[in-house]
Amino acid sequence: MFPKWFDKWNQDNPTNIFGPAIAVGALGGAVFVAAMIVGFGQPYATASMQTGPRGTGMHVQEFIGDLANGDPTVADFYTDEPFVPEEGEELAGDIYENVQVLGDLTDANFNRLMSAITLWVAPDEGCTYCHAGANDGEYAEDDLYTKVVARNMLLMTRNINVNWDAHVNANYEVGVTCYTCHRGQPVPNNIWYRISPVNENAEGWSANQNRATMTSNFTSLPSDYLEHYLLEADDGGYNQIAVHDLDSRVQQQPGDPLIQQTERTYGFMNYISNSLGVNCVFCHNSRAFYDGGQNTPQWGTASLGILMVQEMIAEHLLPLEEVYPEERLGPVYGDAPLAACRTCHQGYQQPLNGLNVIANWPELNVIDGPPDYSAWETAAAEPEAEAEEVDAEDLDPEAEAPETDAEADDADEEAEDPDAEEEATE
Amino acid sequence: MAYLEYQNFFTQVQVQGEPEVGMDDQGTLARERTSGARFSTLLGWLGNAQLGPIYLGWAGLVSLATGLAWFNIVGFNMLSQVDWSIPQFIRQLFWLALEPPGPEWGLRMPPLNDGGWYIISSFFLLISVMSWWLRTYLLAVEHQMGKHIAWAFLAAIWLFLVLGLFRPILMGSWSEAVPYGIFPHLDWTTAFSIRYGNLYYNPFHCLSIVFLYGSVLLFAMHGATILAVSRYGGDRELEQIVDRGTASERAGLFWRWTMGFNATMEGIHRWAWWFAVLTPITGGIGILLTGTVVDNWFIWAQEHNFAPDYLGAYGYEAYGSYEDFGGVTRGEE
Repeated sequence: MFPKWFDKWNQDNPTNIFGPAIAVGALGGAVFVAAMIVGFGQPYATASMQTGPRGTGMHVQEFIGDLANGDPTVADFYTDEPFVPEEGEELAGDIYENVQVLGDLTDANFNRLMSAITLWVAPDEGCTYCHAGANDGEYAEDDLYTKVVARNMLLMTRNINVNWDAHVNANYEVGVTCYTCHRGQPVPNNIWYRISPVNENAEGWSANQNRATMTSNFTSLPSDYLEHYLLEADDGGYNQIAVHDLDSRVQQQPGDPLIQQTERTYGFMNYISNSLGVNCVFCHNSRAFYDGGQNTPQWGTASLGILMVQEMIAEHLLPLEEVYPEERLGPVYGDAPLAACRTCHQGYQQPLNGLNVIANWPELNVIDGPPDYSAWETAAAEPEAEAEEVDAEDLDPEAEAPETDAEADDADEEAEDPDAEEEATE
Repeated sequence: MAYLEYQNFFTQVQVQGEPEVGMDDQGTLARERTSGARFSTLLGWLGNAQLGPIYLGWAGLVSLATGLAWFNIVGFNMLSQVDWSIPQFIRQLFWLALEPPGPEWGLRMPPLNDGGWYIISSFFLLISVMSWWLRTYLLAVEHQMGKHIAWAFLAAIWLFLVLGLFRPILMGSWSEAVPYGIFPHLDWTTAFSIRYGNLYYNPFHCLSIVFLYGSVLLFAMHGATILAVSRYGGDRELEQIVDRGTASERAGLFWRWTMGFNATMEGIHRWAWWFAVLTPITGGIGILLTGTVVDNWFIWAQEHNFAPDYLGAYGYEAYGSYEDFGGVTRGEE
């Protein structure tokens, strides 16, 4: 292959080229990698959010790339502005049959909310997911379980927005809508069922842990923490969530946190951390879990969240057990699907990256009676609404419903939605 | 390729030939010793190529039998927990455990499926470990050796007994003992630390870590030094203790010129032995005091001016905003 003189020269001059080649390759590779990092930056750069005093190591870190991408479901959130009711406008409760929750809405807002719920919860299935006779213009029947569930969920959403303001609007107004949990899916991700005991042929603390389950987040920590802390205990109260107390051993009472309770609490805290995409020190100074003075304000918000979930489960989710068909019930106990932190947060400190989802939906921010549309009345009073809206926003930066032109167009289209009109003729 | 020879993971010299069957000068050793011996090149890469004969003795047989009983009780309990499914047993093996009884049982005997098997298996493990210790002692007697190995092993057994026997009894509950499982015993370690106020503030835990890391450092220094002078016969350490040759001289000079002080061929082994032995001794003291004498090590540390108070605000609002960390701009949609 090579000329003779070349092969001969090689034979006469044997040289070990592998040693130098490896050295040059390794050195060259290192220089190349270093140059790339200097030139283009660290591809896995992280950012941290300090959560406590310097020296305590309190910070939450994320990849900068993940922070830039944010929650991908934010983009698919549908919203549009309400129609300010006219004086004496007829209400949905008077127009339609069997409107039990949203009867105080005007026709336009009622249909606007109905189509939004479709987009938030069942965009592929459409109206017939809850209204079996929708294609024939029949909406009043409660013949599908989904409609009964949806009605309860509306009550739950209103209760969360109004009575749990301190949790959901702890930092500023964000509120919740159906989309906060559903994200375009009829059955939300991250629901949970009771599964404990997870071990066969065992009792007590031998039975509720040491299995890789979804609930245990694939740790060997107890798999029963959600049912233990979020469901009512036999005595009608809720079990204590604690990793330790300050009593000495001789003062220990039954139920005081010992190593086993610490592990179960650890499992729960691990769940919360994963749900929010944070770590222990987002809420606690991990040196002193017992000391409320070394907790962050987020601990208070999270504690309210736990209370909120306990109430949601007891008042809204558990009672639906009778309503669900078999395929919606839990695999072990045939129990109703339940929600907890991860159902809304889905890995982010604030669901949907803190997007204000309630701004345009006063219908979901009221317990009963007509919703409060006062934020839109100024804009609606002006004849040239679209042009004047910008001014209104400038005057009032805290306005709850700033919007872009594109969304305003969306709103118009929705108003002309043929489905909505069809419904209106009912 | 001298470089590869010196840095190699595997032993570079193997001796294979007539097996060394060992002495029997009192006429008692050979009685309980197997007679077969063979050579394995594979073993020779890691140590001595000769495999056997082995002396078990009555203590060794008791230890093996009871140890096997413990192993089987733990294993079959795990298998039973996955309803006797072998695939599940393999999948969940690192998650499964034999747990101690719950706290409600105190020091009483619980039902078998709620910690009872744990108590029974622990009893077997106790006998197994103690008779294995006795075996190391008796073998040393037979060989007319010092008892350093037995005492060092006892230091480790001290920590084992504190964890599984002394401390649970002092606390009045078997539930304080460590579960037998791969991940579960790690969960126990974390939960134990959190329950009693962060073990890092336990000064005996600190000491134990010092000796543990110190042992690692000493082992690395000593191993490296001996390998580095093995070309001068440095790996014949015992001869070098009584007849210091050029290997010892060079090794000693290296460290003296590096840090002013050097150990001797004898002294380095005393350093290593004490560091190793003090690791579980101090650790065991720390565990024994936890929950019995000190309920919360962080508070203890603060009371003894061992942990500082950090000043500053709690909560990210004092240092930044959620908008800086992935949040959408306030109020916008």
